[in-house]
Amino acid sequence: MIRERLIFEISDKGKNGFRFPKLDVPENKSLNDRIPMRDSIKDFPQVSEVEVVRHFTRLSQTNYCVDKGIYPLGSCTMKYNPKINERIAQIENFITSHPFADPEMSQGNLEVLKTLEDVLREVTGMDAFTFQPAAGAQGELVGMMLIRACMEERGDPRKFVLIPDSAHGTNPSSAHICGYKVKEIKSNDSGTIDLDDLSNNMDKDVAAIMITNPNTLGVFENQIKEASEVVHSKGGLVYMDGANMNALMGICRPGDMGVDAIHLNLHKTFSTPHGGGGPGAGPVGVKKILEPYLPVPRVKNKDDQYFIDEDCPKSIGRVHSFYGNFLVAVKALAYILSLGPEGLREVSETAVLNSNYIRKSLEKEYHLKYKTPTLHECVFSDKYQKQYGVSNIDIAKRLIDLGVHPPTMSFPLIVHGALMTEPTETESKADLDSFIEAMKQIAEEAREDPGILKSAPHNSYVRRLDETAAARNPKLRWEP
Amino acid sequence: MSYIALSEKDKKEMLKAIGVSSPKKLFDCIPGDIKLNRDLKIPTAMSEPEVMGYFNECAQKNKNSEYISFQGAGAYRHYIPAAVDYLSSRGEFASPYTPYQAEVSQGTLQSIFEFQTLICQLTGMDIANASLYDGASGAAEAVLMAMRINRKSKVLVPKTLHPHYRQVINTYTRNLGISVREIGYDETGRIDTTELEKNLDNNTSAVVCQTPNFFGVIEDLDKISAYAHENKALSIAVLAEASSLGLLKAPGEMGVDIATGEAQSFGIPLSFGGPYLGFMACSKEFVRQFPGRISGETNDIDGNRGFVLTLSTREQHIRRERATSNICTNQALCALRATIFLEILGQQGLREWARQNIQKANYAYDLFKDIRGVKAFFSGEIYNEFVIKTGKKWKEVESEFMRKNIIPGISLERFYPELEHCGLVCVTEVSRKKDIDRFAEILKGILAG
Repeated sequence: MIRERLIFEISDKGKNGFRFPKLDVPENKSLNDRIPMRDSIKDFPQVSEVEVVRHFTRLSQTNYCVDKGIYPLGSCTMKYNPKINERIAQIENFITSHPFADPEMSQGNLEVLKTLEDVLREVTGMDAFTFQPAAGAQGELVGMMLIRACMEERGDPRKFVLIPDSAHGTNPSSAHICGYKVKEIKSNDSGTIDLDDLSNNMDKDVAAIMITNPNTLGVFENQIKEASEVVHSKGGLVYMDGANMNALMGICRPGDMGVDAIHLNLHKTFSTPHGGGGPGAGPVGVKKILEPYLPVPRVKNKDDQYFIDEDCPKSIGRVHSFYGNFLVAVKALAYILSLGPEGLREVSETAVLNSNYIRKSLEKEYHLKYKTPTLHECVFSDKYQKQYGVSNIDIAKRLIDLGVHPPTMSFPLIVHGALMTEPTETESKADLDSFIEAMKQIAEEAREDPGILKSAPHNSYVRRLDETAAARNPKLRWEP
Repeated sequence: MSYIALSEKDKKEMLKAIGVSSPKKLFDCIPGDIKLNRDLKIPTAMSEPEVMGYFNECAQKNKNSEYISFQGAGAYRHYIPAAVDYLSSRGEFASPYTPYQAEVSQGTLQSIFEFQTLICQLTGMDIANASLYDGASGAAEAVLMAMRINRKSKVLVPKTLHPHYRQVINTYTRNLGISVREIGYDETGRIDTTELEKNLDNNTSAVVCQTPNFFGVIEDLDKISAYAHENKALSIAVLAEASSLGLLKAPGEMGVDIATGEAQSFGIPLSFGGPYLGFMACSKEFVRQFPGRISGETNDIDGNRGFVLTLSTREQHIRRERATSNICTNQALCALRATIFLEILGQQGLREWARQNIQKANYAYDLFKDIRGVKAFFSGEIYNEFVIKTGKKWKEVESEFMRKNIIPGISLERFYPELEHCGLVCVTEVSRKKDIDRFAEILKGILAG
């Protein structure tokens, strides 16, 4: 196989891929003496346009992607990204719009943001949204800051945040940056929050609980209302990580379960592409009690005119250079308007159907630690395969050989050797079956020929990579 | 419209396999009293042409295409080569997740590795990460990183730093016992070093310095770093206009410990402020405190070169509350655009680009300064933005310009009440000489009147 070189290795002196028009003002030579300038950057690439285009085309072909096939990465909601959304996000008047443009000149942009706020309020049952957070983790941070600001105004910010042991790693990290210490709440045998453990830990020093619902096992926290009551009765607030909203649209709403603040991942539930790791968007929705603390600027409307409100004295302030990832919001609104109320409910129903079909088809071959019913995802483990010396990583790498993307590995932490599987609603039955067949084949190979799994992948662009060596002897940039 | 790929027959077969009669049954685990039991009250579904029509109408309500703009202030108009849009919109780049499964993500991982290398070359620093959200949160992350390194609790932030960046630093630090002290500017438009010196002490964690700064003035980074280091504080450089790195001396040559900023200028459209591209680079010795994802080189079992996400023990999914940052999803596709942009421009193109920015802006600056009723407010050297003071309040000047379909820049009054007669004007390589000359004529007319 031909290996794509680094651009720096393709580079050759004197080539270039772009030409600027001639400078149309008289050159001021004195600038060179007045201002400390650098020499040409040594070893900066020098390549022609065709070489750049082929370089990235060839690189792209080594990636797996949703446009190619099923991508059942648990907790990531890798659904198909409708192409109309991309076209809309390229409309000239959106992309050439300056963030300091006067509101009168950017009514279209403000309408998008306000309309999206209104539909998300209805979908979640919350009262107000901010679009500043650029991703889910920043949304969590904002959510916790809002809670802290509210607590401070009541007189005491409190010290702790309760987080279930099944939570995403971003939850404890976000709470920590907000100045809170984390107390972990245990899961019970059905994989949900242990209400007794919650009651024992909930006291006047606890500011909030961060709940993911459905949780990372795909299980609905059926006692969420009771949990919220426990937290509220001691003066705490409830934050919901909305990463798994894809299971709930049109079915039930966080705002009706006692949730005070939530973030959504527009790049998961609302179909905007992940881009290999962003840009996403993590808008935060809140109940009335937290609205005064939302970040500035806020978009509002009066008499059919949209305006920007920066005069919010209790606001936690700004968390983004401008209005957040605006074009991502545009795409999410296009998605919601395309689907409408029935369409959104069908999304959740089908996501849950697909996930349960996979669960049912594989539960004999792969261990399920929790037997509780699941919604949009389910977490298998490598327990049955361990006896043959095969672990979840071997299963994942072998799936690559078989042409499908592996599930999320080793998360949540409460399931040892986890394979967290979320097919989403956009997969055809044939694609679901191809995943199921591949998993079954691997289960058989584990019994018959485990060696083939341990040395997988065999026919990918690169074979199993040495991550330990990468961390031990970090090489983080090209050098001549 | 629906994006479901199951036929009714498929659904029936699947329900049968699961052993339930309808999809609704699968939601029995949700208590009845919190179920919605009605349709969401949102607009009914639209077909693709209808959705397109709605957004076309919406976009028409933006008036930007009718104006020639001289706005900058952290969001810059630059030409974007066709290949950037073409390549970055490929589904193979746009539609994968974060490259956790390295063997099927080499395209993304190698691109990140090239991005990191380019950022190192541009900033003159040792290491760079895969990206951060934007310039403002980059500045905040740099401040938090400095505190982790030296465990001191005071940070000096100049008024010459973008006001929005200052606001974000305040939001990020307010719950962590960090005191943020603002430092004023002098008549050059640069950090007031007397005030800086007075406020530096052995509890100072870092000095933040934006260059070119919010007024477009090039700061003396060398000197600021020296002040910081004398007091064992770290020097943080913020680059809000990354194109300047093509020509101005690199932060790494001027004693900077952490360089961060906004790389929107590298092939990313204005887009009403986002998505943009935060970046960060630092010296090797601080790698353990560095936030964000990093791609690193390694080998596969056959000895072939490959790339993986590395040093992840710093990150939230491993270290949870002790992570260096909570960031996970970043701005990967924007970083890819920047990588393509920089590689297309290449060594000569990059330099020519920056040269045209500095030449055109200085041409405009010199032209406007000579107009009766106009003053160059600051004496410092500028890159592609500058402050002019006019005999009239800037707001009046601005509305006169708007009538001629020109947006003359940004009013400074909202951020600096003392500068109500001042405007911040940005001139880049896309500003044509004839538009600059027309700007001068109009300004002359306004101030003569």
